[in-house]
Amino acid sequence: MIAFLSRRLLTLAVTAWLATLLVFTILNVLPGDPALLMLGTEARPDTLAALRTQMGLDQPAVVRYLRWVAGMLTGDFGVSYTYARPVGALILERLAVTLPLAGFALVLSTLIALPLGLYAAARHERAGDWAVMAFGQVGIAVPSFWFAILLILGFAVQLGWFAAGGFPGWQGGAGPAVKALVLPAVALALPEAAILARVTRSAVLDTLREDYVRTARAKGVSAWALMVRHVLPNALIPISTVLGLQFAFLVAGAVVVENVFTLPGLGRLVYQAISQRDLIVVQGVVVLLAVLVVAVNFLVDVAYAVIDPRPRVET
Amino acid sequence: MRGWTLGAACAAVLALLPGYVQAQARTDLVVGMQLEPPNLDPTASAAAAIAEVTLVNLYEALTRIDADGKVGPGLAKGWTVSDDQTTYTFTLRDTAKFHNGKPATSADVTFTLDRARAADSTNPQKAWFKAIADVQAPDPKTVVVTLSQPDGLFLFHMGLGAAVIMSAETQPTNKQAPVGTGPFKFERWIAGDRVILVRNPDYDGPKPALERVSFRFIADPAAQVSSILAGDVDTVPQFNTFEALPQFQNNPRFRVMTGVGEGETLLSTNNARKPFDDVRVRRALAHAIDRKTLIDGAMSGLATPIGSHFAPNRPEYVDLTNVYPYDVNKARALLAEAGYPQGFEVTLRLPPPIYARRSGELIAAMLAEAGVRVRIENLEWAQWLEKVFRGKDFDLSIVAHTEALDIEIYSRPDYYFGYKSDRFNALSAELERTLDPAKRKELYGSMQRMLAEDAVNGFLFQLPIVTVENAKLAGMWKNRPYQVNDVTGVRWQ
Amino acid sequence: MTSDADLDAPRRRLPRSLLLGAALTGLVVVVALLSLLWTPHPAEQVRVIARLRPPSAANWLGTDHFGRDALSMIMVGARNSLAVAAAAVGIGILGGVPLGLVAAARRGWPDEGVARMADLLFAFPALLTAILLTALLGPGAINAVLALGVFNVAVLARVTRGAALQVWRREFVRAALALGRGPTAVTVVHVLPNVAGAVIVQATILFAVAILNEAALSYLGLGIQPPAPSWGKMLGDAQTYLFTAPMQAVYPGAAIALAVLGLNLLGDGLRDLLDPRHKTTTLG
Repeated sequence: MIAFLSRRLLTLAVTAWLATLLVFTILNVLPGDPALLMLGTEARPDTLAALRTQMGLDQPAVVRYLRWVAGMLTGDFGVSYTYARPVGALILERLAVTLPLAGFALVLSTLIALPLGLYAAARHERAGDWAVMAFGQVGIAVPSFWFAILLILGFAVQLGWFAAGGFPGWQGGAGPAVKALVLPAVALALPEAAILARVTRSAVLDTLREDYVRTARAKGVSAWALMVRHVLPNALIPISTVLGLQFAFLVAGAVVVENVFTLPGLGRLVYQAISQRDLIVVQGVVVLLAVLVVAVNFLVDVAYAVIDPRPRVET
Repeated sequence: MRGWTLGAACAAVLALLPGYVQAQARTDLVVGMQLEPPNLDPTASAAAAIAEVTLVNLYEALTRIDADGKVGPGLAKGWTVSDDQTTYTFTLRDTAKFHNGKPATSADVTFTLDRARAADSTNPQKAWFKAIADVQAPDPKTVVVTLSQPDGLFLFHMGLGAAVIMSAETQPTNKQAPVGTGPFKFERWIAGDRVILVRNPDYDGPKPALERVSFRFIADPAAQVSSILAGDVDTVPQFNTFEALPQFQNNPRFRVMTGVGEGETLLSTNNARKPFDDVRVRRALAHAIDRKTLIDGAMSGLATPIGSHFAPNRPEYVDLTNVYPYDVNKARALLAEAGYPQGFEVTLRLPPPIYARRSGELIAAMLAEAGVRVRIENLEWAQWLEKVFRGKDFDLSIVAHTEALDIEIYSRPDYYFGYKSDRFNALSAELERTLDPAKRKELYGSMQRMLAEDAVNGFLFQLPIVTVENAKLAGMWKNRPYQVNDVTGVRWQ
Repeated sequence: MTSDADLDAPRRRLPRSLLLGAALTGLVVVVALLSLLWTPHPAEQVRVIARLRPPSAANWLGTDHFGRDALSMIMVGARNSLAVAAAAVGIGILGGVPLGLVAAARRGWPDEGVARMADLLFAFPALLTAILLTALLGPGAINAVLALGVFNVAVLARVTRGAALQVWRREFVRAALALGRGPTAVTVVHVLPNVAGAVIVQATILFAVAILNEAALSYLGLGIQPPAPSWGKMLGDAQTYLFTAPMQAVYPGAAIALAVLGLNLLGDGLRDLLDPRHKTTTLG
């Protein structure tokens, strides 16, 4: 167990380090000079040189990389070229939108998917099952940005129930802020709910085939008790694995949806930063997301090892 | 049923209340902008959005330029100019104060100008300050600026964003917490969403009617339209989703104003590269472009066509739109004459704005008619600046040149057009030396004619400034001679 | 996860999802091929005077902001979408399958290398990375293919490796090795045919993912460049006149959804047929 954990931890560290290297390399061959973008068409060569020195862009790449990584280890992500503010603070500010949004979407998709999946499993190979499976297929196939546009068209423009975009901030109270997140959360939740409903269905079906469930059923345990006491707890393992993995992708996958709804979240920050060549912000966000994904994978592995402590065989 | 009626009555009262209160005097304003400024210091970056939030409202410059482009007093209440046009003596407003309570003095002006022209200056418009030879402050309210040579645009430039006056004390923090001398002061910046300014009670000039102005940043065109429809935004001074205009034009709740700006929109052509080094090829392109269809299709018919590089609303403008009338056969003939009977293939590199992307697609279709096969490449600003503008690695591009009175760019030796003309350079040099308005007008006319004659670029149209706003609002500018959203004179009726 | 019952059950009839999926995918492919021969109007023909027309006998789905025929653009868009997705998946197969086979045959450092590469790539959100890569390489169809293809290499390498490892444990492979066949020969003769099912299933699903991601890239202006029609670009354009001509945003979105739905159904059906052990993943 200890050996397994330390091996996984080492993998985590190596992957995270490779991620920083990869991101830094990619971004530093990216065409587009951040200094030139700041100064615009009237920039003179001497002004540009002065600004590049000020921004530290005249340093060799190796020095910049080491400085950046060393800074991150102490929690210092550097200072944004364009916003002139610490990247860490910028990210935290944007997470105040993206994390609630992803969480909202996750809760929403779970609330939709769990009952649907259970229902489908209970009605295996019957009309209800087919309907849920159809939802599962359509939900994955619909592009989330298109669904977002349709939501705006229906609920913001036709019905006028929600604003078409924007975010009032949390300082005005939770009510308006949550309201602004409803449509984006629904747009994000649809594909997640579709995936989750399918996973739930097949996990429940698998559990129903297990011997102990068959035994319990033979003993005359009621269908309801069987579901709640035996099937659901076991089916929750694969479901929560998928949930964990999807959460990391929800945070990242919000890029396009945040753009459609003009939400000041992490996805829009990184998208703007890419087009403004605010490399230090892009580096910070991408590495953060990568580490988040790796860490969630690690936790999932650990959880599996704890639940099922048989020696692990690579397959 | 009773409960429902009661509820409805309550709702009706609640719905009326804010309306009633607002009818008294609404003193807040929400301005919609497409791009968020990266910071709030217009001397730090060329991003137009910075000046569009802060200039005139929050910061003041020595001079102030009005909606017609005329120079008037700003932080300087007056000035005198020496006979040789090289010494300017500015007198500052006696009671002008920064938002932190410190008086604005000649020391602040000296600091600002010296910083902008210093060797290590990162001012995006450093060229405007290059003629300054010396800045002196004989007393706290007097500044004497000596130029090395006369500069006809000096007073105009001193009223723009890159020349706003700031104090040495607050300059380092102005990007995030700007401190100026204007009628509005900074309240808060909700990053990614809005910047809020509030009325400065200590302002020593006329008090604005508005107490609170929010600048909201909505990049997505559909979101922009729906936020105006929903009343979340009161005015959008640079509305660019032209296809969406009819629904505002037909609705009495809204007003649509179409003004002229400084953006000469060009089919920028790389004169230094084959086949565009041949004037016949450039003329062929000019004949192949149908400006009427272009303006209808890309700009919903709102733009004014141009035939050279000059804003049609200026008195010096010469109408040259008929030098190369739309004529595909003529275009083909010219191409054949230049040695391209089968046409050729070129790349059109487009920056992000909608006008460029839309015009690009239409022009590609028009040039195809004349036999020129166009490959479109959409770029981000950073790439455009690096590849097209600095790298001069392009065949064709489309961009609006929004600097005021910038015809002199054609005389710059390494400008991205790659245009070289000794005759034009001579005219430009003469213009710089000339101060007599009548003579200047004549020179401007000759320069415009030369550019049209040489078909340096495809001259397409003047980028319109379209404002969509609540019909009850008054005082927003219709025209925009420079980058600014002056809300100091805006009020609700 | 799956019990043995699934393996034992004889599967005589074709799965329903396979039929439906094949029908939908077939429809998209036929439309794409048809667009090579015929469209109602030339898809790139601009007629500014006829812009944003509602559906009519001349333009069955109306026209866009330049008066181009929406149906013709959807048809040619199908071709472009399929081409980009096919190329992105092709890169994945050409790169990923050999990697996975080598990893399974050699074990040791090649195996470790493939696993680390996959770990590393999976740590990056695919769409965000594709956005970054197209920003790096410049926008355009070819670069979109590369940006989307990189991930497919990792996914297919992992799937191939997993399936191949199982084959290596089977009796007939051991027998072949005992008979003196070298690992290369065993890989080509015995392993490859037995992993083909899993690869085909995964490739079908990746095809659907590639169509979705290509649409997102084109929507952001980073994918297929105009004037070549693409579904994502049509959607992005239509968004600016969402309030005047909302249906122009509905058609391309529906086309994307239909194509992705068809491919996913096809993939699921093929999985039931070829890969009952579910080595492949839908979560790409």
